[in-house]
Amino acid sequence: MIKRISQMPLYLLSILLLLFTGLPFFIMVNTSFKQQFEFMSSPWSLPENFSFANYALVFESSFLKYFTNSLILAVVSVVLTIVLAAMASYPLSRMKFKLNRPIFLLFTVGMMIPIHTTLIPIYILTSKIGLYDSLAGLIGPYVAFALPVSVIIFTQFMKDIPKELEESAKIDGCGHFRLFWRIIFPLLTPAVATVAIYNFIQIWNEFIFALVLTNSSETATLPLGLREFYGEFSVNVPGIMAALTLGSLPLLLVYFVAQEKIVKGLAAGSVKG
Amino acid sequence: MLEKVEKLSAQQVTTSTLIKKAKKRKEILTIVGFIAPALIVYGVYVVYSIFMTFYYSMFDWSGIDKNLVFLGLDNYIKLFQDDIFWKSLGNNSLLVITSLLTQIPLGLIMALLLFSPIRGMRFFRSIYFMPFLMSTVAIGILFIFIYDGNFGLLNGLLGAIGLESLQQAWIGNEQTAIWAVIATVCWQFAPFYMILFRAAIVGIPEELYEAADIDGAKKWQRFKNITLPLLMPIIITSSILSIIGSLKYFDLIYVMTGGGPNNSTELMATYMYRQTFTNFNMGYGSTISFSMFMIALGVTVVILLGDKRRRGEE
Repeated sequence: MIKRISQMPLYLLSILLLLFTGLPFFIMVNTSFKQQFEFMSSPWSLPENFSFANYALVFESSFLKYFTNSLILAVVSVVLTIVLAAMASYPLSRMKFKLNRPIFLLFTVGMMIPIHTTLIPIYILTSKIGLYDSLAGLIGPYVAFALPVSVIIFTQFMKDIPKELEESAKIDGCGHFRLFWRIIFPLLTPAVATVAIYNFIQIWNEFIFALVLTNSSETATLPLGLREFYGEFSVNVPGIMAALTLGSLPLLLVYFVAQEKIVKGLAAGSVKG
Repeated sequence: MLEKVEKLSAQQVTTSTLIKKAKKRKEILTIVGFIAPALIVYGVYVVYSIFMTFYYSMFDWSGIDKNLVFLGLDNYIKLFQDDIFWKSLGNNSLLVITSLLTQIPLGLIMALLLFSPIRGMRFFRSIYFMPFLMSTVAIGILFIFIYDGNFGLLNGLLGAIGLESLQQAWIGNEQTAIWAVIATVCWQFAPFYMILFRAAIVGIPEELYEAADIDGAKKWQRFKNITLPLLMPIIITSSILSIIGSLKYFDLIYVMTGGGPNNSTELMATYMYRQTFTNFNMGYGSTISFSMFMIALGVTVVILLGDKRRRGEE
């Protein structure tokens, strides 16, 4: 009993923080099930009868288009990032050569570079090579800015793989290229998961490059699409809340399925940066 | 296998320098083959772009036509006399300080709570972490409604506890807009630091606490003498992430206020965006963005040097 009482402040604090972090979500989902007039008359109450009309409205618009765009972009960019970063990390972590340290430093500096500093030249470059307003035009910048953290994670991980492994493979007459893909890469699975999760979240939610490098609803990603809804639905607050809920759902679902992995991936991704 | 290695090394000694050179060349080719693809992408989009930003920053240029007028460093002189730029730099500094003072302590408190003997911790943790997974655009739009003057959640809560006098349109008001936005940034990022701290706390060996218990240490002493010192490296890493992140912050402000009302929430990044893509001053926009880079670089160097000195003293 005494123990219970002594824990009261802990519970109080926990619940206070629960309200702080969770209440906005609750309001968002709650409002999304209401009718417009119901929201106007009593914005706080629970919905009288759960209405999916707002969700139907969102699906009638280009939501699925935006969703597909974001998914394609994130998957392609993440796969490319993994291939390029893992390959570059192989000599950087396991071979001695003069430029090793400078090249590694060049990659790590990327962690602090504001995206805005590269925005204008990338905008001009993308227009020049004819990729303006295309999904393909976004892949380059996404991969480039995902490389620093990915190279750091991969090199850290590869340093711990015993060197004997490739020495014996070399003696068997296996070239570096085959050695890397056949023997080293399969051992990287945990690092690949970390890199994939970390970058997927970043790219899925990315905003500024998509804003500057595309301008039609054909190429809009989910974050841009949500702004579209915000403009289109204007006074239909429950409609906007339904769009926001749907837009946030994918990552939340993935999170509840693979919680431990995501949490670990995020922690590893940033600490090592 | 050992025999094989010995044989091979014996052979290597006898090989002529010519073959050695050929081998060396092959190794260089291998290294280039592995690094080049990543380096090219990174070089084009990041390294080249930074140089080009500096180049463009010396011109008067709309970005739409081919009419570039060389100004030298005049844009930088203009920047130094630009009140809005100073205002935005001030707001960035405010964001740096408030982020350090709110996000990191809050993240630490949440992480510590996750290790306290409370029931249903898994549930608490899941909810605590959710803000970080939401896209910034979605957060921005959601909080526009939370801060709304008529039917917003915040005014509703204030009304419920009898503070009607404080009710207002939070982001429409020049005095409150910046604080409303900063609070939202805190809401978004505190969970992220919670995750970092939680990972670090898991790594603290249990024996240390057991030893402390034997010595009869109080909870506060345990925290002060074991947890906090061992968390110091991760607190410093988090602070660096927070400072750099605050200096280049953009998304939420752009969505929620666009820098307004009357530049009261302007950040360097939103100002740069407006000059470049709304006013079509690509030359001046480049000047702002290159200055952002120099400021971030300067701050990073200072932090790293400070950290090095601190480590040297230990």
